[in-house]
Amino acid sequence: MSNPFTIMTAGLRRGLSPILATLAFFAIWEVFVVLLDVRPILLPAPHLIAQEIAAFPLWFLENTFYTLGVTLLGFAVAVVLGVLFAIAIVESPAFERMVFPLFVALNSVPKVAIAPLFIIWLGTGAEPKIAITTLIAVFAVVIDASLGLRSVQPDILDLAKVLHGSRLKVLWRIKLPCALPSLFAGLKVAMSLALVGAIVGEFVSSQKGLGYIILSAQGNFDTPRVFAAILILSILGFVLIAILNVLETAALPWRRGKTGH
Amino acid sequence: MRPVIRAERVAKRFGGPDGLLALDEVSLSIQEGEFVSLLGPSGCGKSTFLRCLAGLERQSQGVLDLNGVPIEAPPEKLGIAFQRDALLDWCTVRDNVLLPAYFGDLPRKAYEPRAETLLDMVGLTGFGDAYPATLSGGMRQRVAICRSLLLEPKLLLMDEPFGALDAMTRDQLNIDLHKIWAERKMTTVFVTHSISEAVFLSSRVLVFSGRPGRVHADIAIDIPTPRHLADRESPAFTGYVRQIRGIFETMGLIHD
Repeated sequence: MSNPFTIMTAGLRRGLSPILATLAFFAIWEVFVVLLDVRPILLPAPHLIAQEIAAFPLWFLENTFYTLGVTLLGFAVAVVLGVLFAIAIVESPAFERMVFPLFVALNSVPKVAIAPLFIIWLGTGAEPKIAITTLIAVFAVVIDASLGLRSVQPDILDLAKVLHGSRLKVLWRIKLPCALPSLFAGLKVAMSLALVGAIVGEFVSSQKGLGYIILSAQGNFDTPRVFAAILILSILGFVLIAILNVLETAALPWRRGKTGH
Repeated sequence: MRPVIRAERVAKRFGGPDGLLALDEVSLSIQEGEFVSLLGPSGCGKSTFLRCLAGLERQSQGVLDLNGVPIEAPPEKLGIAFQRDALLDWCTVRDNVLLPAYFGDLPRKAYEPRAETLLDMVGLTGFGDAYPATLSGGMRQRVAICRSLLLEPKLLLMDEPFGALDAMTRDQLNIDLHKIWAERKMTTVFVTHSISEAVFLSSRVLVFSGRPGRVHADIAIDIPTPRHLADRESPAFTGYVRQIRGIFETMGLIHD
């Protein structure tokens, strides 16, 4: 069971079942709307949504890229700041005691409530949205990264002490790699939150992006357009998480071969 | 001749003046090249004593010297092995064996041939690029032993390294470790609770009492080296095992 053809067809068969399930989902939706004669303003049929996207493909694409850009930038900043903060609180218990409760408290503030403040502070461009996105996503990164950094077996830390490992080397060779599985779990949550954060930012103030499309289409009762944006958002979220999964597999080569063969 | 390790009334108490007394006035000395087993029931402080030797714990009382110098921090060029092999799952076998060079800021290239030789010696030729997760428990422990020998330590500390392995693998690793020691004669302190393992491997067995730990008996094992598994059936061997079991019985640790 190891030649490329069998591997490919096995992969295709495995990939086929979610595709079939999704198609079935849309088929049922279509049939449901047609049978019960649901008005498009309440629940548009999938074919109407497809038509909407097909009518303005470039416009949707442009706005998708805007939201994607805000999401990725906010995510990237959240990851960098989150990992650095996690390292700081793990390496310095004094720092953690001082700062962590404040961090948790600040995280409980709903970003939607303070979003208008960001507009005042950072203007009406992409900056406030990136800031909101970062703030929403960073908590997941910090929690999971610090958990991972702390999950090193005590024996291994003893070994490092006996071998006179410097703090930096212990961090780089032991704590960070050990934290990667937890970190990736946090990254996936943070990515989903970043996408939501980008939309929230757009709701508060934007003339661009999928959030803007949703808000303005709602105002015009153009439900097919709302759903078109939602559909694109779902696909975006799916693709982003899929990319993280691929990165995870690439970053954790030692996990292959443990299950299976 | 000055002993390599000298302990005089070493005591260790955890958790303040009313805390747990793990070691109660342990006095012993270990000469260079000896293989000494610390044998005793679980919780008797033998691992604590080993950790004090490794510089991972500080004794609460008493004197603990390595080559005449009090142990205040992990000594240089110490080889150590734990029960859970403490391998880094995210590093290859070779990188694991080379870890002491990495942490010691020593040039990797200089130690690579030695790492290969060590892996060959324990029968893991060709496994250098494998990840620990793909190895069995016995193989992982062999990698850990290679790692502990990379810097050619003068002192090797082992805390029940074979405790988590099945009986046959354990026997094999006993033979392998014994051969390594017979060849290099590095001073070794080996914690175990297997009487037969202690007698097989050691030149001396220190029997520890239950908590708080004290050296209850110091038994020289006068069986010629190199030893073989078949020696375990010899009258001398069984005599020592019987003697030690008798000690455990008088301590109330075994009832038959």
